[in-house]
Amino acid sequence: MAYNLKEVIAEKPSRFTAGHRMCAGCGAPPVARMVLRALKPEDHAVIANATGCMEVSSFIYPYTAWTDSYIHTAFECAGATCSGVEAAYKSLKKQGKLPADKNTKFIAFGGDGGTYDIGLQSLSGAMERGHDMVYVCYDNGAYMNTGIQRSSATPRFADTTTSPAGSVIPGKMQSRKDLTEIMVSHHIPYVAQSIAVNNFKDLYEKSEKAIYTEGPAFLNVLAPCPRGWGYPTDMLMEMNKLAVETCYWPLYEVVNGKYRITYKPAKKLPIEEFLKPQKRFKHMFKPGNEWMIEEFQKEVDKRWQALLDLEAMSN
Amino acid sequence: MSIRERLSGNEAAATAMKQINPDVVAAFPITPSTEIPQYFSTFVSNGSVDTEFVAVESEHSAMSACIGAEAAGARAMTATSANGLSLMWEMIYIASSLRLPIVMSLVNRAVSGPLNIHNDYSDAMGVRDSGWIMLFSENNQEAYDNLIMAHRIAEHKDVLLPLMICQDGFITSHSIENIELIEDEKVKEFVGSYHPQHYLLNDKEPMAVGPMDLQAFLFEHKYEQAEAMRNAKKVILEVAEEFEKMTGRKYGLFEEYKLDDAEIAVVCMNSTAGTTKDVVDALREKGIKAGMLKVRVFRPFPAEEIAKALSHVKAVAVLDKSDSLNGAGGALFEDVVSGMYVNGNNVKALSYVYGIGGRDTTTKDISSVYTDLEEVVKTGNVGNPYRYLGLRKE
Repeated sequence: MAYNLKEVIAEKPSRFTAGHRMCAGCGAPPVARMVLRALKPEDHAVIANATGCMEVSSFIYPYTAWTDSYIHTAFECAGATCSGVEAAYKSLKKQGKLPADKNTKFIAFGGDGGTYDIGLQSLSGAMERGHDMVYVCYDNGAYMNTGIQRSSATPRFADTTTSPAGSVIPGKMQSRKDLTEIMVSHHIPYVAQSIAVNNFKDLYEKSEKAIYTEGPAFLNVLAPCPRGWGYPTDMLMEMNKLAVETCYWPLYEVVNGKYRITYKPAKKLPIEEFLKPQKRFKHMFKPGNEWMIEEFQKEVDKRWQALLDLEAMSN
Repeated sequence: MSIRERLSGNEAAATAMKQINPDVVAAFPITPSTEIPQYFSTFVSNGSVDTEFVAVESEHSAMSACIGAEAAGARAMTATSANGLSLMWEMIYIASSLRLPIVMSLVNRAVSGPLNIHNDYSDAMGVRDSGWIMLFSENNQEAYDNLIMAHRIAEHKDVLLPLMICQDGFITSHSIENIELIEDEKVKEFVGSYHPQHYLLNDKEPMAVGPMDLQAFLFEHKYEQAEAMRNAKKVILEVAEEFEKMTGRKYGLFEEYKLDDAEIAVVCMNSTAGTTKDVVDALREKGIKAGMLKVRVFRPFPAEEIAKALSHVKAVAVLDKSDSLNGAGGALFEDVVSGMYVNGNNVKALSYVYGIGGRDTTTKDISSVYTDLEEVVKTGNVGNPYRYLGLRKE
């Protein structure tokens, strides 16, 4: 089916409603909205949410922004919580205790802190056990909810409150963990990396596949944070675009082990284009720090090439 | 006709679970409760239950999955011990705050460290303020019976709280004793089917669970939890009465053993009660008016009822199989003593910490407690109220 944003929006009202308290210019709400839009209108969903920005801003008692059923328990266990809900569904359905003609889908949302770090074990367990669910990581590259502390998703050299760019140590010294590849190694039916660009086409289509592929699926979606990254709030979509055009955040999917890069920039932009608008990388542009940009570029190139190789090898 | 069997405590718990036939079981192996999910997965593999068994990768995930399943509208059960419960700790509080009647078998074992796999109550005492109903079981029969009663209590509309059934690691969990089982059909009828009022899988009424709950409402929500715990006392007794009608086995908030006319008494829990009963019998033969009170319902704590039951004794010793490490006696001691004080009961009381890390507690040890109590009665002097029983002298 040809994708048309206007039609998708007209046919499928947002299941994550306005009135939530997330920041202007935050990348996470568009992700939640678009992932949920990929649900068939007739299907019910249960959303599990890890503690984090999205949770504390969308369900402050007695108000909720979620029109589907929703459960939040704690920081590190959206995967396990969701797997419990899914197990209940399987059991009750099998026993004829739920309507046979009605489908419920299971979607977990967690930030990079709740997914790459404290929730990694819970996620890994849920995926390995084969629950029919989608785990969506909205990756903003740090613990933003508690005030911008470094996570294993934080890129190298980024200035955060626990990896401050000081006079001796210039920001975070370690490279970003590649969680998408870790999830590929779980050999689950569907893994993808996406972002909200080009009218959300990439994100919408991958969400649809993830939700309607039987078994566990994982989506890693980059979700810029204006406070943590230090870009003007009206630049969100531009940030998304730059992440993709510089190949900092490649768009690809792995279906039953086969890699497919879903967007290849005609002309890969230099990494400075992505780094420059962000205050967290400001120190990299000081005279004498050119080596930092060079190393960052090298890392991006290395990972992009590895992905091209994987695509070539698996097809 | 009931079925006469010989089962270990773990087998008894797994058998009860099989008869309850929960929708979801999520569990992780840990000594000495491992056998429960082990036996239970055999029931799943052989199709004798309808349960989805979720073989999670940790106890934290076990409780998280139970929370998800129960909130979804299913009956969820689990089993654990010691460090397993410690790892669940965060989720234990969340389960009760979400008012989810999850049922757990807790096979009591010492919490690390250092590492020890044997019985004491440091695991249970670590969650005594978590909002779970806690029932203790003297033997395999009680572990089984308590589990059969569990859902009726936990799921009652005035309660809606998670519930744990405690039994002694190894002492009960791995000892094979005679047991009377109830027929499958009778259990099914007694436990009934689960019809939650609100649940995630009800597509006609989407619901949101687990909010950010700030200064405006959290206090009231905690008060409601406390109210539910207070309500549980009545419900526990009602369910016990119905259970007695079915089986002839009587359960209360606690068991009194030769306490009516006792002058000295021991308060204890779980398998220690069996040893203590033997000692009481021997002392009675010598004409010593010894008695015992075995706490079955630890949460909600029957403070008023216990104070009343002990009001006529001259001295009481409270046995704690965990040390609160607070310099002021064990957890059960504190509860019993504060309950007595508030209810105007001024009985002299001694705290004994005993059996730590599976240290064997013999009739000789328990006898020495009664001897101490006689001394207190004779001299009118308590001396050091914070005592240890069975601690190496050298």
